[in-house]
Amino acid sequence: MAPLLEWVFSGKGLSVAGALAIAVIVIASEVLGNRRRTNARNVTAVPITPRQKQMRTGALMALLLIFPLLLGTYVSEVLDQVGLYILMGLGLNVVVGFAGLLDLGYVGFFAIGAYAMGMLTSPELGLASLSWWTALPIAVSITILAGIMLGVPVLNMRGDYLAIVTLGFGEIIRLLALSDALRPWTGGSQGIQLIAKPVVGTMVLDNQLKLYYLILAGCLLAGFISSRLRDSRLGRAWMAMREDEDVAQAIGINLVATKLLAFSVGAAFGGLSGAIFAAKLGAIYPNSFGLLISINVLALLIIGGMGSIRGVVVGALVLVGLPELLREFAEFRLLVYGALLVVMMLYRPQGLWPEDARKLEAHEDDGLSGDSSAAPAGRIIEPA
Amino acid sequence: MLKTSLARLTATDVVMFAVGLALSGIIVTGSVATLSSGKYTLAQWQDLFIFGLAQGSIYALIALGYTLVYGVLRMINFAHSEVFMSGPYTAYFFARWMFNTGFLQAQPVAGLLIVSAISMFTSMAIALTVERIAYRPLRNAPRLVPLITAIGASFFLQYTFRGLYGSGIDRYPELAILKGSISVMGVRVLVTQALVIVAAALFMAGLYAFVMLSKTGKAMRAVSEDKQTAQLMGIDVDRIITTTFALGGALAGAAGVLYALIFGQVQFYMGFVPGIKAFTAAVLGGIGHVPGAMVGGLFLGVFESGGPSLVFGWVGIPAPNQLKDAIAFTMLVFVLIFRPSGILGERLATKKA
Repeated sequence: MAPLLEWVFSGKGLSVAGALAIAVIVIASEVLGNRRRTNARNVTAVPITPRQKQMRTGALMALLLIFPLLLGTYVSEVLDQVGLYILMGLGLNVVVGFAGLLDLGYVGFFAIGAYAMGMLTSPELGLASLSWWTALPIAVSITILAGIMLGVPVLNMRGDYLAIVTLGFGEIIRLLALSDALRPWTGGSQGIQLIAKPVVGTMVLDNQLKLYYLILAGCLLAGFISSRLRDSRLGRAWMAMREDEDVAQAIGINLVATKLLAFSVGAAFGGLSGAIFAAKLGAIYPNSFGLLISINVLALLIIGGMGSIRGVVVGALVLVGLPELLREFAEFRLLVYGALLVVMMLYRPQGLWPEDARKLEAHEDDGLSGDSSAAPAGRIIEPA
Repeated sequence: MLKTSLARLTATDVVMFAVGLALSGIIVTGSVATLSSGKYTLAQWQDLFIFGLAQGSIYALIALGYTLVYGVLRMINFAHSEVFMSGPYTAYFFARWMFNTGFLQAQPVAGLLIVSAISMFTSMAIALTVERIAYRPLRNAPRLVPLITAIGASFFLQYTFRGLYGSGIDRYPELAILKGSISVMGVRVLVTQALVIVAAALFMAGLYAFVMLSKTGKAMRAVSEDKQTAQLMGIDVDRIITTTFALGGALAGAAGVLYALIFGQVQFYMGFVPGIKAFTAAVLGGIGHVPGAMVGGLFLGVFESGGPSLVFGWVGIPAPNQLKDAIAFTMLVFVLIFRPSGILGERLATKKA
């Protein structure tokens, strides 16, 4: 096992040879898998029995638990980052994917969670030095409050305008954290150091591997909450609102409450992610909370499939995991990333692994399917 | 009458009204306190104002690009900040070459014109390419889709330019004729600032004349009113959209050179902040509205330059200037909340998007 790993991963990340080998394996399995799938399509689909489903879930869980143990520190580190993005992705998925409220300042909640954790636990600032677990609920509550405070003013906004206001919100949070005016509380450009690590029993979660299990637990919790919410009355209300706000209101959905709940659930997940992030690094700086993170989270939703919980996982693996592993190609990874977003939108706008319902929608020709790229050049644009 | 309007009042309206009141209170008391404290002299205010005007005219030129595109396509061109960056960055190499050969010092006017022309041309070419590849195939797609391609295109351009020219900061050559200051009606104005303000004013006047007087400008206005009807009237909508992107790109390229003259440097990331600010300016003035972008740009520039000192100067917090970006964004948020139509525009924000 070890020599193979050494061949695939060089000191900093995936080696070029390893990357090629993995690419060949992935493409080959995709091609072979596709052939089998097309053959299988002629046979009537056999639904999965609950027992099979349980076994699959069990196998997946076992794999998730032992995976980092086998692959060592570097992969744990990458998985930690993927996990934090999955948490944020699940939160933004509630806001954008379920409720259809385009939020470009999601990093604001991540930052508030991290800063709240920093202020509450770091002895350096002398504000409070709680333990991580005591500070966690407070930090998450503060983030939820921030979500509501952002939500109230934008209740009447839609589409692009909402996107811009939320983008402004995210930047305001970062700029405030950076400013000298708030230095006594946020540490200005120096950031906050000495943030408490979570302690379980007598064990301090201070390395990537131990934190991986904390992040995994957070992701599972957030995934469970979002899947239950999606199938709940509230989830239906969100989706109705996403499809058409006016009709949703006409059928008796309280738009104010529904929107604010979407913002606060989204904020809570973001805050949780931020709190873990703060503990993971032990120190936070305002420049870790740039617009790029909001864009990344939105992009992983789109790559995975908007509104799809499993899509969030796939998107995070593709967008965060791959570039991390591809550090050897670092110079061009953001270039490739930009191109990938464009190509994705042109040819597969529904995402890599969309929800089943969305997949059906996308197959009807409603402009989502990407067929519009074949439209004649002179075609009239629909008025907005 | 009063009863029904009271009944329609929701809790959120009341909260928002209170927030608005509190904010105006802070601004008014802050300004009065700072002015009466006499912390800054009149000359300092004048300097801040002139700098704001110069900065604001650059914002206005970029904002025109956003507003023109929004007018015809009802779409925010998020890649516009990279269109703005590409021009002066490419022109920089010509400027340095001309500087090294001595041409720029010998013929500064002709040299600057050449640099501007190259910058405008590059930005225009980039704007047209982005439109062709990332936006045109998606005209009928849901609105979120072109937004994402714009973000993708923006990344792609940033890192392409980083790959081409490197990630460092490059200094624009300094010109002797642009040093020093002149006095306009007793107010000291730096020559660069004067040049920027005058050039931006000329470009804006030219654009306004083009949109209002030329046949293509008329067609642009028709397309922004109603695309289908415009097409029925024999207007080639695709050609008009292309023209719009070209105009916006050229103005961004011009703005880029002016920006490089004031701040003296270029780098691959330089587009982001001015782009967001210019967008703010476009929204402030009323997006889709040409004079609105100009007014919004100038207003934002002046407010950003003088506002932090004016409102927070009296508190004595360290470095109020660091807050200028935060103030610009806060202002954007509040304009969108209280007057989504902007200073001059029509009400759009709550329309079905």
